[in-house]
Amino acid sequence: MTGNSLPPVKLTDSGRPVLLPNEIECFFLSGVDLLCEDEPNTWFPHLKSGLLILTTHRLLWIPEAAVATSTSASSVPLSSISHIFPHKKSLKSVFASPRVRFQVSPSPERGVATAGSRSVVVTVVVRGKGDCDAFVAKFWENWRARAWEESEKATSSSSNVAAVAGSSSSGIYSSDGTVRMVGVSGILRKEQEMWESTDKSLQDAFQDLNALMSKAKEMVMLAEKMRQKLLSGSNSQTNTTNDEEMGSKEEMQELLLSVGIISPVTKESAGALYHQQLSRQLADFVKVPLDRAGGIINLIDIYCLFNRARGTELISPDDLLQACSLWEKFDVPIVLRKFDSGVMVIQNKSHSDEEVFTKIKVLVMKPDALRSGISPSDAAMTLGVAPAMAKEHLLSAESKGILCRDVSPDGFRFYINLFSEIDRDDMHFFPCAIFAE
Amino acid sequence: MQKLGEFKLPHFFNYPPYFTLQPVRDTREKQIQLWKELILDYCKTQKVFVIGLEEEFPLFTNTVIERSLTFEAREAFLLALVSEGRAEWMDKGHRKCLILWHRIQEWADILLQFAKDNGLEDGVVTIEEIRFGTESQGTELQGIDRTILNRALKLLEQKGKLVVFKGTSTDDEGIKFSV
Repeated sequence: MTGNSLPPVKLTDSGRPVLLPNEIECFFLSGVDLLCEDEPNTWFPHLKSGLLILTTHRLLWIPEAAVATSTSASSVPLSSISHIFPHKKSLKSVFASPRVRFQVSPSPERGVATAGSRSVVVTVVVRGKGDCDAFVAKFWENWRARAWEESEKATSSSSNVAAVAGSSSSGIYSSDGTVRMVGVSGILRKEQEMWESTDKSLQDAFQDLNALMSKAKEMVMLAEKMRQKLLSGSNSQTNTTNDEEMGSKEEMQELLLSVGIISPVTKESAGALYHQQLSRQLADFVKVPLDRAGGIINLIDIYCLFNRARGTELISPDDLLQACSLWEKFDVPIVLRKFDSGVMVIQNKSHSDEEVFTKIKVLVMKPDALRSGISPSDAAMTLGVAPAMAKEHLLSAESKGILCRDVSPDGFRFYINLFSEIDRDDMHFFPCAIFAE
Repeated sequence: MQKLGEFKLPHFFNYPPYFTLQPVRDTREKQIQLWKELILDYCKTQKVFVIGLEEEFPLFTNTVIERSLTFEAREAFLLALVSEGRAEWMDKGHRKCLILWHRIQEWADILLQFAKDNGLEDGVVTIEEIRFGTESQGTELQGIDRTILNRALKLLEQKGKLVVFKGTSTDDEGIKFSV
């Protein structure tokens, strides 16, 4: 059996591939075989029936089994491809599955194969439904664009900058004797230049939507710069505006969280797989907001957060619903749940209603609560969730007969349900005695 | 113990949820049952025969906890009494409710007992005397509502226990027992 010397692909818990920095997904094909028809073949494996993802940097192959184990997902770096053969159309190809061929040269420094292996011709057999011609076009485009070289340049240049920054001292004179601050006009000029280039960059971006996608990375960097500026700017002020500082820092954090996704899954690149991939991406995204919200979050909130993160290529509410309902098929630790009142939420599978009811019971038996009940905000603080979610929990506790409600001009409150315990003649029941004058 | 006039209120009268109509079925049933008993008890001891839905009724408000029953809640409780046969609507619009803490049959029996106790088996007595006469002092018949009394009389008349004859005015109406 031939060994697998391809670099492996790390997968998230929901089966989505972990992308390299700046790597963007461009095309999806399902039901794909990757094999090498050359003889002899010592290192390229025969990969049957998987999901092929074309990105700006690699070709990813992920097995389509329900449980994806990260050991068998493999990748072919585009940098190791030396040639792509043009797609020949013949009579035979009309009836058979479309095939694409390319030549891979093994290069140990990229992690492809071991030294001494020969370069081979790899065939991609597309057995599933998918637009092979569009795939080939994008394949060429990405291979020509050589996006991996830019990131290599960036990493090497940033490491240079780090080295230089490390050696410079604080103070107005830099290590080579020149004055760093060149006066207000110098600063203004620098600012002006920066804004002009930003402006030009924006103009270029919007002229061509394809170009916009590549500029998206720059936009993210701009957001990062703005955040740094804000943080450093506020630090130099006096401490009188402490609350505002914290407020704007929080804001920036929120903004960054929402610009966190560089690679939105779009209908074009995934075709019929759209909802599946969206579902997996959503499962990954939801983790952080879900933990922050205490394990239960309103579906509407996720809709807003997720679309803000995507920026463009927004998803419709329908798409969101479909994506959530697909979670049952995958092994993800979250579920969509609908309350009796119609409110839909996302919660952890480990979430236990019984636990929540116990907590509520404890809260509602406290002396204050026995006398004047609890409001949804009281419950929200105890349970650590949003007030709207706490109200849902209180309502379910009510329908189970644990609580009963009190509606008055003071508002909507809940008390422990004593109705079943009340007997007209029973004067000795303790909680009732609280209500005796 | 809190009181409403002379009436001793039960301690759960101060439980705020008692004054909110509960949506959950089981809880609501228990709540309705408690209110039914309370209403009947109060009306019996305070000799209240009619409850007007749109009027103030002291039992339906608790000033200590600042809660009172909504119109919907009052209607629900009175409806429950009506279906149990312990109350009747006096009008089509369901605005006034006649409370029967004794059913009509029970009133009829009380009347017969009254006749026996006072040696009126073959005698004649006016409506006025039954309601406010000396013999009825201290009995349940004292101050009985006209409507209820008429219903009871009609029932007994059908059974042939008495005959009602009209006088010059309504208060002069008389009854001849023939027990």
